[in-house]
Amino acid sequence: MRITSALAAAAILTLAAACGGGGGGAQSSSAPNEPVKINFLSLAWQKESVAANKQLVDEWNKANPNIQVTYVQGSWDNVNDQLVTQFAGGTAPDVIHNDSPALSGFASDGYLLDLKDKLPAELKSDIPQPAWDTVTFDDGKGQQGVYGVPFLQESQVIIANKKLLDASGARVPTPDNPWTWDEFSAAAKKMTKGGNFGVAWPMKSPVNKTLNLALNFGGTFFQTADGKTTVKVGPEEREVLQRIHDQLYKDKSADPAALGQGTADPLPAFYKGKFALLPAGVFLRQQVAEQAPEGFEWVTLPAPKGTSAQQGAVSQTLSIAQDSKHPDEAMKFIAFFLNGANQAKLAKGDWLLPTSQAAAADPAMTTKENGWDVATASAKNLVVAPFLKVNGFDEWKTKVATPTLQEYFANKITIDQAASKLVEDGNKVLERYQR
Amino acid sequence: MRRFSQYVALVAYIVFLAFPLAWLLSTALKTPREMALADPTWIPRDPTLANFADAFGEQDLVGAGLRSLVVALFSSVITVLISLPASYAMARYRSLLNRIAIGWVLVSQVFPFILIIIPLFMILRDLDLVNTLPGLVVVHVTFTLPFALWMLQGYVRAVPRELEEAAAVDGATRLRSIASVVAPLLAPGVVATLLFSFISSWNEFMFALVILQNPDVMTLPLTLVRFTGPEGVARLGPLAAASLMATIPSLIFFAIIQRRLKSGLMAGAVKG
Repeated sequence: MRITSALAAAAILTLAAACGGGGGGAQSSSAPNEPVKINFLSLAWQKESVAANKQLVDEWNKANPNIQVTYVQGSWDNVNDQLVTQFAGGTAPDVIHNDSPALSGFASDGYLLDLKDKLPAELKSDIPQPAWDTVTFDDGKGQQGVYGVPFLQESQVIIANKKLLDASGARVPTPDNPWTWDEFSAAAKKMTKGGNFGVAWPMKSPVNKTLNLALNFGGTFFQTADGKTTVKVGPEEREVLQRIHDQLYKDKSADPAALGQGTADPLPAFYKGKFALLPAGVFLRQQVAEQAPEGFEWVTLPAPKGTSAQQGAVSQTLSIAQDSKHPDEAMKFIAFFLNGANQAKLAKGDWLLPTSQAAAADPAMTTKENGWDVATASAKNLVVAPFLKVNGFDEWKTKVATPTLQEYFANKITIDQAASKLVEDGNKVLERYQR
Repeated sequence: MRRFSQYVALVAYIVFLAFPLAWLLSTALKTPREMALADPTWIPRDPTLANFADAFGEQDLVGAGLRSLVVALFSSVITVLISLPASYAMARYRSLLNRIAIGWVLVSQVFPFILIIIPLFMILRDLDLVNTLPGLVVVHVTFTLPFALWMLQGYVRAVPRELEEAAAVDGATRLRSIASVVAPLLAPGVVATLLFSFISSWNEFMFALVILQNPDVMTLPLTLVRFTGPEGVARLGPLAAASLMATIPSLIFFAIIQRRLKSGLMAGAVKG
């Protein structure tokens, strides 16, 4: 729905612009002697994360009376609808929190400022190039620009019921020696007994999870030749899809009850021992730490590896609106907000991985408690997800990939049929974005 | 036996209606651990007010609730004030213009919400009404008006013309017959329209999200959504506590206005 709305809105942006919408500029204007005012749209939502955000904004405001930042809280579910309208009306916040998949479209529409010449050297060098790659996009005129500062990343891990894991006798994987997918399947089979299952795959939103893991076998799902991007579902892309499907219907080691569920929905059954392994984003550890019953022991395991342990990386980002009247001041605030020490606070609050190398070295990020050591170690496997660069990915994901993968995982269509839909219907969608 | 069945049906209906509210209350009083039990409990084993403390400590729920109330009251009253005479004209006067107006009201309901939001936003920006509650009231009235018109003109049509004609025979002017004869009979319709407009405005999220950026003017739906994260993950405890508090003003409004609705119905019955 969110995407549909965004697409509908995007369709009338041109009309809106023609009606004289431009030139509104940002809302934060200041008289010469007044402090510069900057609006910061934050999407933090967890208690600790909101507290960390607010604390950093307060610190900044106290230390910089001439550049005052207003903290505005937004919501992940609606941020792109909100931004589409505010960009068109010229009233977007100066500093915008979002995730890297959303930036490509906004960048090519000219709504985001190219930061590549504004980034302070210290910030630039503290964040490794693979993270910068997640925010480097075409500006719509053939030039590459940097349209956000990447600061938090999510990797996939496996959250395991320690008692069931130990009882199975399966080797306990480590970041240096993760399970292969074959070992993972074998372990899941060992843990499947007495009506309980080895693993649960919540597939209500299957696309990001499967596409990110597909890189284990080199599956990119998109290919670009002669400047034209098309969908590709070959043997590399099919590998992870097929293996998950096998766990569900061949090995019967995956809990079918979890199939239609959202990321956090299987947790009550997990605590009850209905299944032993839950592949999930690192952030889900927060819910487990908060909710798990007294005495429930759990561990964080690295994601399985295929021909490599690579995973697609998606970053949370801070961008500056093209219409911002105070881009330099906004950049100064971002540089402060995302320095190493502050990124460590933000990462702890959101239970995600910092891009900052200084933050990753913080002892709090490598403690064994709540699996931080495994989570942080998984960051080394993150590479830029190819779909980030695909203009039209959001529509492909919503209209084509999500229903197709849901049908496939529900065993209603074969992998050949799924591949055919992903490619043929997908290319029709992409075609429109490449005219 | 028949009466007993009626009571059973009534109780079942009340339970059905009350279920979401009861579940909300139960969730608001649970600890995160109890919320995550595979076998949910109705009565919290270890009731806690921590969720309420979190909800009120983290967000300005009282301020947001008051702003929502102001916006919803103004929006609903203005909607009714505008739609009342317009609906009378639509129902009583038959002309080409009238038919076009009715058609337009219907067609306007077909437009996707998102199509009007950007032009509307730009108009508000030019009028300096972005980031203001009056701006949101204007939007809510615009958004609610077509359906309110449609609702009310149905009620006007239901009032027999003969009553007005009889009043005219007794020497009443048109205005007098509207005020003395039609208006009392329309009371239930006016109250129903008021309720509809109030609920629409109270629950409205998308326009508020786009128009209100300053934290000091944000309404309740914008505040509630702050307890939700990506991929449908939510902080259920504070969200339930905040949602429970958010239902109270509208429940009070309903309780007050429901009496009017009943008295209006009675008035209509006598006059009819």
